[in-house]
Amino acid sequence: MNIWKKAILALLCCMLTVAPAIAAESIVIKGSTTVLPIAQGALEAYMKAHKGVQISLSGGGSGEGIKAIVDGTADIGNSSREIKKDEISLAQKKGVKPVAHIVAFDALVPVVHPSNPVQGLTVEQLSLIYQGKITNWKEVGGKDMKIVAISRDSSSGTFESWDHFVMKKTKVSPRAQMLASNGAVYTAVSKNRYSIGYLGMGYVKKGVKGLAVAGVQATPETALSRQYPMSRELYMYTNGEPKGETAKFLAFVKGPAGQKIVAKEGFVPLKADAPGGKGKK
Amino acid sequence: MNRRQKETAIRAVFFSFALVSILILGLIVVSLFREGLPLFRHVSVKDFLFGMEWYPTYDPPSFGIWPLIVGSVIVTVLATLIAIPVGVLTAVYIAEVAPGAVKDVFKSVIELLAGLPSVVLGFFGMVVVAPWLQDTFDLPTGLNIVNASSILALMAVPTIASISEDALYAVPREYKEASYALGATTHETILRVVIPSALSGISTAVILGMSRAIGETMVVLMVAGGAAAIPESLFDSVRPMPASIAAEMGEAPFRSLHYQALFATGMVLFFITLAFNLVADYISNKFKEVGSGTL
Repeated sequence: MNIWKKAILALLCCMLTVAPAIAAESIVIKGSTTVLPIAQGALEAYMKAHKGVQISLSGGGSGEGIKAIVDGTADIGNSSREIKKDEISLAQKKGVKPVAHIVAFDALVPVVHPSNPVQGLTVEQLSLIYQGKITNWKEVGGKDMKIVAISRDSSSGTFESWDHFVMKKTKVSPRAQMLASNGAVYTAVSKNRYSIGYLGMGYVKKGVKGLAVAGVQATPETALSRQYPMSRELYMYTNGEPKGETAKFLAFVKGPAGQKIVAKEGFVPLKADAPGGKGKK
Repeated sequence: MNRRQKETAIRAVFFSFALVSILILGLIVVSLFREGLPLFRHVSVKDFLFGMEWYPTYDPPSFGIWPLIVGSVIVTVLATLIAIPVGVLTAVYIAEVAPGAVKDVFKSVIELLAGLPSVVLGFFGMVVVAPWLQDTFDLPTGLNIVNASSILALMAVPTIASISEDALYAVPREYKEASYALGATTHETILRVVIPSALSGISTAVILGMSRAIGETMVVLMVAGGAAAIPESLFDSVRPMPASIAAEMGEAPFRSLHYQALFATGMVLFFITLAFNLVADYISNKFKEVGSGTL
């Protein structure tokens, strides 16, 4: 290696170590694959408008988002559920004060393959299917074929919501398939006519059919009015009140431009009359 | 610095590098045990290893990894059964049969296969193999043992093929010459002389391929279906141990029971891989070629 190569290499190393300090601001976001498309859309728009701001984003479950806040490895932790009591006490032990910011509303939607004639189920039926007590579609008004229940992994806030709304005190059968993200559930259900899964509203697209629950179809209106039985908030958590660039980013997400992205991604904006929101009163 | 000093210095450098890797391995093992062992204050070893229910986040939780062990073993064994003939025959072809140019092409394709990131193979299993399996055999789900095993076999083939090829290549030329001199044909020579002589190397290759398959995470996370139950057929979903660790480690609160259970699962995997390596070592020693029959 000649002296020039060495010099260039040394320079590169310096730049790599110094780079994060040079960049004006950086924000690290982790957690929830349900909130992921909102965060992704928002950070693209935000970084375009604010040159020099570096935002990094990774998915994982809501548990991982909250854990990142508690461990201090992220500035924003995305979550599709509220923080749990033991997570709060763990945070307090570490001197972390999680603050919740609601960024959107969501409905938890059971989904099936588009060829499935079943249009809707009751919460009771959903629970029995996931417990493994109803195993054939004909028991709930469909064709005579086996049901393949697809669930999210236990790190998922969507799984927690499902547990809360549907399973209540019962357990998801060990025969249910456990998949790691909304995207994986979407892919699996869209390719499998036996299957049933559940997704955040923004993931319910053409390849799958959203079922009505107790006769109510999930729409922005029914989610917001809570007429749809499985509605929930989507959160971004910070340690204490956010400051600096993180605060500006959160304000952006909650502001009109951010809420437009929320609607575009198929979720329910905070105010139904926000620009781009489908809900009109 | 005279020659001897130089020699000593170089030896010291090599020694310290070797020491570092051993030290790191040691530290990994120590931390694995330190995080995993405390679980057994709350759950008995028997309940952990042979318990049928894996509900780590329920209240009260249950930490039985028997279905996960069964899932891992079945997927690995089936993957090996698929990978052995493909891997070994590929190696035989490359080492003994193929003409020069073809040999190079095959070798680079195999190396390329080894370099494919597992997430790519997992994705392939998920969007291509799963629907195909499901349609062809009219199954309730394509995310199952057969799918995971085929993808894992695809990952084990390069390992098996390249190590077997080395073993075949190392068979002394005199053996082959003697065989031909006795009037044996090429395929007789390969089947009766070359492969048996290389058997210890081939067995090592197979076992190393197996340890690669049992420890592989991403593929089984994506295509095994993730059902923590004892499978009833080869087309059922399973949840191998690495998939559980990968899926749950991120969420498990630091040093909670769930966290310790995942580390304890890692310990089980460690012991299985260790056993594989010991067996591989034993085989390669036992069937080692001694001497050769030259004139």
